[in-house]
Amino acid sequence: MIELENVAYSYGGGELLTDISLNLAPASFHFLTGPSGAGKTTFMKLCYGALRPTGGHLRLFERDVTLMDRDAIALCRRRIGVVHQDCQFLDHLSVAENIALPLVVSGQDSADEQANLRELMGWVGLTGRAEALPPELSGGERQRAALARAVIMSPDVILADEPTGNVDWEMSQRLLKLLVELNRMGKTIMIATHDLSLIRAAKQQVQARVLRISNRRLQLAGADL
Amino acid sequence: MKLDLSVLSGLTRTDAAADRVVPPAGFTVRLTLFTSAAMAFLAVFALALSLASGRLAQSWGDQLARSSTVRISAAPEEMAAQTAAALRVLETTPGVAAARALSREEQQALLEPWFGPDLPVDTLPVPQLIDISETSEGYDSAGLRLRLSAEVPGAVLDDHTRWRRPLVAAASRLRLLGWVSIGLIAAATGAMITLAANAALAANAQVIAVLRLVGATDAYIAGAFVRRFTLRALLGAAVGTVLAMLGLLLMPGAGEAGGFLTGLGFQGWHWVLPLLVPPLAALVALGATQAAARRVLGDLA
Repeated sequence: MIELENVAYSYGGGELLTDISLNLAPASFHFLTGPSGAGKTTFMKLCYGALRPTGGHLRLFERDVTLMDRDAIALCRRRIGVVHQDCQFLDHLSVAENIALPLVVSGQDSADEQANLRELMGWVGLTGRAEALPPELSGGERQRAALARAVIMSPDVILADEPTGNVDWEMSQRLLKLLVELNRMGKTIMIATHDLSLIRAAKQQVQARVLRISNRRLQLAGADL
Repeated sequence: MKLDLSVLSGLTRTDAAADRVVPPAGFTVRLTLFTSAAMAFLAVFALALSLASGRLAQSWGDQLARSSTVRISAAPEEMAAQTAAALRVLETTPGVAAARALSREEQQALLEPWFGPDLPVDTLPVPQLIDISETSEGYDSAGLRLRLSAEVPGAVLDDHTRWRRPLVAAASRLRLLGWVSIGLIAAATGAMITLAANAALAANAQVIAVLRLVGATDAYIAGAFVRRFTLRALLGAAVGTVLAMLGLLLMPGAGEAGGFLTGLGFQGWHWVLPLLVPPLAALVALGATQAAARRVLGDLA
């Protein structure tokens, strides 16, 4: 679904990532770890087409990103759910409207989809917060709302960049449980995190591959995890 | 720059959710409304000015082209004889449809605006005027001058040419300036709306980032802004047009005075023309916002 072949990314004259090769297979579960500033977020952005590689080949759903225009990438992105650490909501819309945003922009906000929205809000435990505005939510609620927005289009891949960065342990376990559930439904999951305890907890529930970015390169993490 | 008119069909769409993705209000709303209203107001007046100038040029041209005057200056005792001689010459001149000596009262009326109603014309050495109406073919003015100089020594033919040309030229130039003004108003409207759209797009960079994150295409994002600016421009221009039309309706009618300013309003089917100003303003806003959106979305990529 997402294939990187000797991908490099440079910015401002410096190479941030080099010689990255990876194939995100269907229903796989990946963790991406590494020190702060190693390039985890850059890697995630490459994976959902927000950045274009400066070297190598990146294919989203078998299409070469370098040959796609912005609209084609936007259409691909509807098959990739993204969760950011800072969530990125439209603060003038309610939580329910923010979660339904992918449906709205893709013209799928029908009555059936509205029913799915209610079900999804129940799944992430936000039923009672539907009409709240994003600034009124706690950190955990924001992350769950971001996760709900990421999965409402039933994407093939979910990329979560530090999804537990702003929440306590209990909430991070709750979010992890939701992501594991999604993986069991056949979704491909990649979580960028520097929280090793989260990775250990996940490995008790799901078969996960742990990758590390170090010295601008992607490596399989060692057995110490 | 390619103008995407497909968005026009979207303007009438009721899509509350799509319209709500861009935060409401901001100074750009008021700026767009005010600019559109003011520009439409000016455009309607420029249109009225241009059309009135056109009518005036036509009217002056027609009136002056088909009439001329013979002025007879002679001693009082010879005035009647010279007038009769001049009328005889004119009656036998090809191209002259009618010739008529103005009465004392008519001459007094011509002088009244300058000297007042109590003018004792009898006591003044006022020349006798003969009003000539031409046929559509007109007459040979050089030949008529020669005949008059031979048979009526005190007669001078004035075929109005020296008055007509600069007047008609001035009116035509005024009409052209009116159309140039309308073009400049459209360009200024486009520029102002481009600035407002640029400001709105730049202020909503975060909104655009979120929309892109959830899979919105450039066309969708641009459409949200274009729809909003186009409808605002349409509304503002409609208000400005109505106000301008009311202003023109309240202008004094072209009555007895019959001057240029009193005839500034629209006449007949020309009242339909200002109704085109709001849709044209919306079209200008559509093009300006599309261009701004394309540029800003490219820069934000």
